[in-house]
Amino acid sequence: MNDNIVIRVEGLTKQFGNFVAVNHISFDVSQGEIFGFLGANGAGKTTAMRMLCGLSVPTSGHATVAGYDVERQPELVKRNIGYMSQKFALYDDLTVTENLRLFGGIYRMSRRDIKLKTRQLLTELNLTNERNAMVRSLPLGWKQKLAFSLAIFHEPKIVFLDEPTGGVDPITRRQFWEMIYRAADRGITVFVTTHYMDEAEYCDRVSIMVDGHIKALDTPAMLKQMFNAPTMYDVFLALARQATRG
Amino acid sequence: MNQLHSFVVKEFRHIFRDVRTMMILLVLPVVMVLLFGYVITPEVKDIRLAVVDLSRDDLTQQVVDRFAQNRYFHLTGTAGNPTQGRAMLENGQADMVLVFGEHFAEQLVHSREASVQLLLDGSEPNQAAARAAYAQQLLLAVAQELSATMGVEPRFQIQPVTHALFNPHLRSEFNFVPGNMGMILMLICAMMTSVSIVREKEMGTMEVLLASPLPPLVIIIAKLVPYFVISFINLVTILVLCKYLLALPFAGSLWAFMGISVIYLVVSLALGLLISTLVRTQLAAMILSLLLIIPTIYFSGMTFPIESMPVMYQHVASFIPARWYVAAVRKLMIQGVEVQHVARETLVLATMALVLVSLSLATFKKRL
Repeated sequence: MNDNIVIRVEGLTKQFGNFVAVNHISFDVSQGEIFGFLGANGAGKTTAMRMLCGLSVPTSGHATVAGYDVERQPELVKRNIGYMSQKFALYDDLTVTENLRLFGGIYRMSRRDIKLKTRQLLTELNLTNERNAMVRSLPLGWKQKLAFSLAIFHEPKIVFLDEPTGGVDPITRRQFWEMIYRAADRGITVFVTTHYMDEAEYCDRVSIMVDGHIKALDTPAMLKQMFNAPTMYDVFLALARQATRG
Repeated sequence: MNQLHSFVVKEFRHIFRDVRTMMILLVLPVVMVLLFGYVITPEVKDIRLAVVDLSRDDLTQQVVDRFAQNRYFHLTGTAGNPTQGRAMLENGQADMVLVFGEHFAEQLVHSREASVQLLLDGSEPNQAAARAAYAQQLLLAVAQELSATMGVEPRFQIQPVTHALFNPHLRSEFNFVPGNMGMILMLICAMMTSVSIVREKEMGTMEVLLASPLPPLVIIIAKLVPYFVISFINLVTILVLCKYLLALPFAGSLWAFMGISVIYLVVSLALGLLISTLVRTQLAAMILSLLLIIPTIYFSGMTFPIESMPVMYQHVASFIPARWYVAAVRKLMIQGVEVQHVARETLVLATMALVLVSLSLATFKKRL
């Protein structure tokens, strides 16, 4: 489809003892794509994602992220990605600005860049008045948007989102996805795991993992056609039913 | 550098913004030292001194005069022989008896070195230790003065031989200040460090940090630096309190004391780091750290003298870092020994530091 491949995965496998958490998965993701990474709990999504982020070493197989090998060059991988965990991990006892400054520092941004981007981001999120408020005092939806903004604060090539919308109301979720679209428009590749099937519809392409294997990978429209299902929910159900573990 | 700086700033913010953390870090140590210090440590003024002078000459008279002039001592009487001196201690007429042997002056002039016996009421061990330390310091000063006025080189040395009645070992183990230091530093370093690292795991921020280009070593160092700094501040505060408020003498080398304290801090921080790799919740980290504090209290010699423990417990005690630290601090602070006399304690602590640091670094990396 696109020559501009930013994630390339070939036969990636992770084994814990006799348990094969991720079994020989292969796929490519292109630049600017929104890639949905679906699967039931225990299907191996998180393990696969941790390997792509350089947090865990593959048992076998290869993966390159932003052009760097996850096994041999994890530091370079980490420099080029953003990561948002399920818990919107921000520091509660730091203010909005302090959180931004911290992550700017961690990603070695210059003081000037941090200042500039902070102002820009606060305006964008409508948080200028809350810039000196402790993060703990913000509503959940704002925390989540802020966490996403932090994950892409240093302009990474790829951002990994691990179930980013858990516990958030539908309106905020909608707004959140608008932010994801804007990031993708700027050329940031979005790799997202979710349990919400309406969100799966928003993705350019979706992969569905079952018991460590990728059982399906295509655009939502093609998947629905292939499984003769009216919604992504039905596609997911048809596949997830085959699972023997979890 | 920028990374480390940003991270250390963040750590200090966490500390300064939490009132409870601040209380534990900065108020608790002061309260503990004052509490134990004031209740148990001595009013060292007005030490009632009795003298048994079998040497009877000008030199011993000069030494006695210096004691009489000193504001901490006052002469309550003399006794003809050591037995009478003991009797004065026993019936509470004196707190300390200074016994000059028959050949004191002779020995001092000829070999430049003589010993003098200090009999103390050891039933208040802490007080007795402080009194002995004062007498020791005074004897040191007197010896120097005498050598200077008489133009003697090398200088005289007057060695006190301390003997505490009613409590022969003087159980200076009962000394709460060194014990408290051992406990407070362990508490701050091990508990606060492990809790602050585990909090990141619980909050999920650790995942984000690990997925960032921050090298694990920078995360570890940034986590340890603030607690190291704060422990050091506490150390100095405790010393100042001891000197000016509790009027506890500091007899030995300050540098040696600081050196061994830093080693002990490293041991405690490494233990905190190790705990943080073993548990997943702040509560578990806190409980494990408290489990460290209990042996620190019972096996460090702070509450029970190591020498009087059953042999098996003595072996157990030798695995407790505080046991070595408290022993060294006691020697340096109260007894004022030379640096080489704490070599063993230093060596043991340094070995512990080395083992624990490598162990905790290895496990921290493995758990990523």
